[in-house]
Amino acid sequence: MAAGDFQVPLISPAEFAKEKIKALQDYALLTGQSLANLFRRPLYVTDMVQQADLIGVGSLPIVILTGGFTGAVLALNSASTLSRFGSLTLIAQLVSVGMVTELGPVITGLMVAGRNSSGMASELGSMTVTEQIDAMRALGTDPTKKLVTPRVVATVVMLFFLTIISDLLGLVGGNMVSSFLLGLDSRQYWTSAWQSLVWRDVTTGLIKPVLFGFVISTVGCYFGMSTRGGTQGVGRSTTQAVVVASVMILVVDFFVTKLLITLLGYR
Amino acid sequence: MSAPTLPLDMTAPAAKQQGGEAIRFENVTLAFDDKVVLDDISFRLPHGETKALFGVAGSGKSTILKLALGLMKPDSGHIHVLGEDVTQMSEEALFGLRRQIGMVFQESALFDSRTVRENVAFRLMEEGSVSEDEIDRRVREALSFVELERTVDMFPSELSGGMRRRVAIARAIVTQPEILLYDSPTGGLDPVTSTTIVELIVKQRDVYKTSSLMVTHRLQDAFIMATHYFDRNANKMLPLPKGVHCEVPMAFLILRDGKVIFDGDLDDLAKTRDEYIREYIA
Repeated sequence: MAAGDFQVPLISPAEFAKEKIKALQDYALLTGQSLANLFRRPLYVTDMVQQADLIGVGSLPIVILTGGFTGAVLALNSASTLSRFGSLTLIAQLVSVGMVTELGPVITGLMVAGRNSSGMASELGSMTVTEQIDAMRALGTDPTKKLVTPRVVATVVMLFFLTIISDLLGLVGGNMVSSFLLGLDSRQYWTSAWQSLVWRDVTTGLIKPVLFGFVISTVGCYFGMSTRGGTQGVGRSTTQAVVVASVMILVVDFFVTKLLITLLGYR
Repeated sequence: MSAPTLPLDMTAPAAKQQGGEAIRFENVTLAFDDKVVLDDISFRLPHGETKALFGVAGSGKSTILKLALGLMKPDSGHIHVLGEDVTQMSEEALFGLRRQIGMVFQESALFDSRTVRENVAFRLMEEGSVSEDEIDRRVREALSFVELERTVDMFPSELSGGMRRRVAIARAIVTQPEILLYDSPTGGLDPVTSTTIVELIVKQRDVYKTSSLMVTHRLQDAFIMATHYFDRNANKMLPLPKGVHCEVPMAFLILRDGKVIFDGDLDDLAKTRDEYIREYIA
C-alpha cells in the first residue's frame, strides 16, 4: 500500500476558524432553543421524567461510590499533613468544606458527564445518521423540544440532587476514615463538619451542579445532533462530547468560583 | 399479494382536494459548496397525481423531497406546498404544514427504540388531543392497510427490510396526509416485496387520491404504476385494459446535471427523442 493512501486533507487556518465559529454558533442556538422551549407548548413532562430516571437513578451507584471514596481519600490524605501540626480534629472541617464547595459538584459532574454526555451524544447521533431526527421533523415534531429540552431539564435537576447525595456520602466516607483508621470521635466529626459549613459554601456547592448539568446535557445533545458520517461519526461525537463536557466543567468551575468569591467574598 | 379491504372513513380527506397544485417548484437552485445540485428547476405536482422522480445517484432527487418538506432551504427560488411558500416559513410554522404531509424515508427511519405501534402512532400521540382508543383504532387501520397488524408490539429491529418499509408507509398515512413523499420505497427490496409496496402506493393514489412524489431508481416500478390501477371491487392492483393509456394520474420527471430534462406522462416518455432519456429507459 502506498504511503499516499493515508494522506489527511489539510484545512486552511481561515477554514478551521470558520468551522469552529460555526460550531459555537450552532451550540449557542441549540442551548438558546432548549431554554426557550420551556416556555412553549407542548412541554414533554413524561419524557423529562423518563430522562430523570435514566440520568438520575441510573447514575446513583457511580455517584455513591465516587462520592464516598472521594471523601474517604480526602480525609486520608489530609490526615498526615494535619497531624504534623497537631490539628487532626480539623479533618471534618476540611472534608466538609472541600466536598460541599468543590469536590462533590466537580466529581459528580465529571461522573455524570462520562456516563450521560456520551449516552446522549451516541443516542442522538445514531438517530441523526439514521434519519430519525429528520423523520421526527417530517412528522411535525420539533426534535429540540422533544429530545433536547427534556434531557437538559432532567440533567440539571438530577445533578443537583446527585451532588447533594455525593456531598453526604463524601462526609460519610471521611467519617469512616476518621473513626476507624484515625480513631477520632464520630460525634465530634459530624458536629465539626456541620458547624464549619456556612451559607456561602452551600450556595456555591448548589449553584455549580445546576451549571454543570446544563453544560453536560447541552454539550451531549449538541454533539449528538450534529453527528455526521455514519457509525464512525457516532463514535467520534461520543468521544468529543465526553472530552468537551469534562473540560467545560473544570473551566466553568473556575469562573463560577471566581465569580462567587467576587460576589460573596472569601469565607 | 392482494391488499386488504379499506376502512371507508380513511378515504375522504385526501380525496376532497381536486384541481390546483399540491406542490410547485419555481426556479429552485441549490448548491453544496461548489457543486450545484439543483439548477433553476421548476415543476408542478397537481392534486391527486403521483410523480416519479428519476435521475442518476447524486442528481438531487432526495434533495427535492427534503426541500418540499422544508427540511432544507434552497439557495434561490420558491417552493409552494399546499399553497404555502415553504422557503419563506419559519421552522416553527413548518411543523404545522408538515403534519399534512407524509414522508417515507429511504431507510425507513423508524424510531428504533419504539415499537411498531408507537412508531405508527407517533404523530397522533404528538397531537395530544386524540384518545388512546382512537389512536389504537387508527394504528390498527393503518397497519391493516399494509398487512402488518401482527407486528404491532414488535420493534423495528425485529422486522425485515420490506416490513420496515411498510411500517414506514403506515406511519406516513396514519393521519391521512394530503401529500405523500416516497424516497426510494422499493430500493434494496426483492421483486415480490417491491410489488407489494408498489401496490400500496397505487392503492394510496387511486383510492385516497393522495398527491405523491416518488423518488425511485427502478423504472419498472414506475411503469407498473403507470399501467395499472387499483380496483376497489377486486381489492387488488390490475393492469389497465388494452388500448387504454395514461388514464391514471401518473407522471415522470427526469433530472440530469441538476436540471429537469423531462416532465410528462408515459405517452410523452415513449415518444421522446432525447438520446439520454431513450438510453435511460432502455
